[in-house]
Amino acid sequence: MTDYNIYLPYLVAIEKITEEAPGVKTFRLKFKNDEDARRFSFKAGQFAEYSVFGEGECTFCIASSPTRDGYVECTFREAGKVTSALAKLEEGETMGFRGPFGNTFPLDAWKGKNLLFIAGGIALPPMRCVIWNVLDTRENFKDVSILYGAKSVADLVYKDELKAWDERPDVKLVTTVDPGGETPDWKGAIGFVPSVLEKMNPSAENTIAIVCGPPVMIKFTFPVLDKLGFKPEQIYTTLENRMKCGVGKCGRCNVGKMYVCKDGPVFSRVALEALPAEY
Amino acid sequence: MRELQDTVKALFDKGEIDLFIGYEKGTRTPRPFFVHKAEDAENLIFDAACSGNLAVYLTRKDLTGGKKTGISASYYALKSIAQLFDENQLKAENLRIFGVSEEGSVQFFDSVAAIKQHLSATPPPAKPDEDELVGKINAMTASERWKFWSDELSKCFKCYACRAACPMCYCTKCIVEVNRPQWIQPWASTLSNMEWQINRVMHLAGRCSDCGSCGTACPLGIPVHLLTHKMSETVKEHFGVSETKENVLSTFKPDDKENFIH
Amino acid sequence: MIHNNCLQITDKGLKDWLAKIIAGGKQLYAPVREGDKTAFKWLDSVAEISMEHIQTTQSAKAVAFPRAEKLFSYQKEKGAVTLQDYNPDNLSETVIFGLHPCDAAGFRPLGSIFNWDTPDKPYNERRKRMTLITVSCTKSDEFCFCTSVNGGPGNTEGSDILLTPLKKDYLVEIITEKGQKLVEAYQSCFDTPPENSDKEACLAKVPVRFSPEEVSRKLSGMFESKVWETQSERCLGCGACAFVCPACACFDIQENSKGNSGDRLRCWDSCGFSLFTLHTSGHNPRSTQSQRWRQRLMHKFSYMPDRLSVIGCTGCGRCSRACPVDMNIAEHLADIG
Repeated sequence: MTDYNIYLPYLVAIEKITEEAPGVKTFRLKFKNDEDARRFSFKAGQFAEYSVFGEGECTFCIASSPTRDGYVECTFREAGKVTSALAKLEEGETMGFRGPFGNTFPLDAWKGKNLLFIAGGIALPPMRCVIWNVLDTRENFKDVSILYGAKSVADLVYKDELKAWDERPDVKLVTTVDPGGETPDWKGAIGFVPSVLEKMNPSAENTIAIVCGPPVMIKFTFPVLDKLGFKPEQIYTTLENRMKCGVGKCGRCNVGKMYVCKDGPVFSRVALEALPAEY
Repeated sequence: MRELQDTVKALFDKGEIDLFIGYEKGTRTPRPFFVHKAEDAENLIFDAACSGNLAVYLTRKDLTGGKKTGISASYYALKSIAQLFDENQLKAENLRIFGVSEEGSVQFFDSVAAIKQHLSATPPPAKPDEDELVGKINAMTASERWKFWSDELSKCFKCYACRAACPMCYCTKCIVEVNRPQWIQPWASTLSNMEWQINRVMHLAGRCSDCGSCGTACPLGIPVHLLTHKMSETVKEHFGVSETKENVLSTFKPDDKENFIH
Repeated sequence: MIHNNCLQITDKGLKDWLAKIIAGGKQLYAPVREGDKTAFKWLDSVAEISMEHIQTTQSAKAVAFPRAEKLFSYQKEKGAVTLQDYNPDNLSETVIFGLHPCDAAGFRPLGSIFNWDTPDKPYNERRKRMTLITVSCTKSDEFCFCTSVNGGPGNTEGSDILLTPLKKDYLVEIITEKGQKLVEAYQSCFDTPPENSDKEACLAKVPVRFSPEEVSRKLSGMFESKVWETQSERCLGCGACAFVCPACACFDIQENSKGNSGDRLRCWDSCGFSLFTLHTSGHNPRSTQSQRWRQRLMHKFSYMPDRLSVIGCTGCGRCSRACPVDMNIAEHLADIG
């Protein structure tokens, strides 16, 4: 076991690049080594470290579903040093991938329940992983609803998949954009996620709500869920913090005594409420 | 001592200050002490051993932001304060600055001009140890000097205590923290340690008070303050002492010497 | 014959032994005096060793956790990338001589962090090549507080061999098999087992300043306490305390790129730096120095005991000696506990 270097990434090739929104791209990555591909497995909710050799590593959740074999996908916004370098890579180029790290969404425990996904902006990618996982094992779950909001129509990611979800009879999709972010032909809702959620008025009965978004969205969404009757144990989210190692050693991602890289990134609201305000 | 304590108590009682930055007894030497109410003033001390440059705290907004602040300033802290005023980093109306007069009594400075006048009339405290080491380094050949500094800076582990202790290092984003482009390698190695010190010293050219806090702060005992000291001397030699607010590195004059360009 | 794993060695015998260890091909890392400071150095000659100090400026942790270490290398050529994994083959067998019990004990918290669920190969490869010949403390200063964190001036934890200076010679306690091997290989340097050597009487007296259990218990409810702001006011936010600490393991991962090839490096980092937790978005979960000071104390005295069953401090006092503004950690902990 000590023979294995936890800092050595897998080599992966960029098989496909999708431009999702301004500054936002999705990479489909394939393992260069068949043995790596065979050995690799992950579960919905986990994250990884993505390398650009010569620039460094950056952290995001795995955006593809474990039910889709043979590749992993990540979606990122160009922001810092490494994501900017990542955005310059082209299809066919080689990069590094280290993972999977962290805990997972408790999908087994959610069997037989209604699932309500609530996402904002660039926080849909971590949720997309679990959405496809659920849709690929659709028989295990009851009603599936997705509420997704972004600043503007252009900022909505996975536009093709939103269309596919919208067309499915077994998914209820509501998309919304912030006031002023709509286009003339926009058919979705206009308004912030919390208020659109309130109008959706989903039943809390036998339902799990999975919430991912910027802190301000989370802050205003939780009270709405409270009002709708969701108890803390029915609500899940993912946290992000600055990370380097991914395995609880480098010392920066802890929130109190809990490490986002080991104890998270998935936290139930019960666990979240036990954390100090340090994220 | 008593005089300062009483002065500070009175300032709190009159509501003239919300915070006083001074010294208290430390484990071995006096250490910085933040007084928030009149009764805490009793722990204040102020003597020749109080040499750490307290001006470093005046630009820390989390500590002094919005507060009327008093400070007991050593000779060098006064120099730093004067420079910080010249760089528009301090507001006179929020500050009460105290030093020690030649007779040993507490001296209040009501303006930057008063500080500058005091500084020009007061000889800087003697630094015999530093003078001796400077003499030794000056007597070295270029290659001996290179070896001396290579050896010293090979020890540096980049804790940036030199930067943290310096009143003039108030940048919210230091050059070592810029990563696009990465000007200076962020890990410790002899070369990148030199890059850091060269940058630090250049940025302090004409601004450094020569207080030596950077060197005192170094946990490894690297005499980095001699680099800024030498720079101060070089600046003085080539550009003289600035009578205005202008700094040697941020000012261009058409008649500036260009004899260093080869 | 070794009785009760105890032997005795003279000062001359000790120098001979260390010289033979060097001649035998092991690297020696030992304290050397430079001006008013003493630092660990890689030595070719035992003559340079100094044992007058109370504490070296840095701990010996850099042998297992260097300030900058290559994790792997990469080469890029026409879009193809090849990686060279971390290679421990060139690492030398190392003997650390002259560290104090607080430094030897520091490898326990370090090892706990580096082996928390996922073993850290670079650390473990270096650590397993190390043999620690520790020297008990016969003197201490006002910064020492090993006895407050389950240690002591004659504590054997982490050491392979512990030497205690007696009136004349050294008492030699062999703690581990590694230590046993290092003694057996050079048995002629040692004397017959000592009789009635009173180790305790020769040790420094280090007063207990606080109870770690009490501190840990109190800290668990102190996250929101005002004490962090009060204690951290004078803190300048440098990394001196973390870098001299034998138990601080926080690190950064950086890229040393040279054109088409380069190394990924691990280098020391500190929770005291404002950049440590800064998100790319500009959000910083620990944006003030008081939050960072809280993290330092909480991590060592609450989170680590809780998660790894070890205190992240060995009471060496280096952080307090190194601090430019006298952030005396034992004093701050005593105020809490």
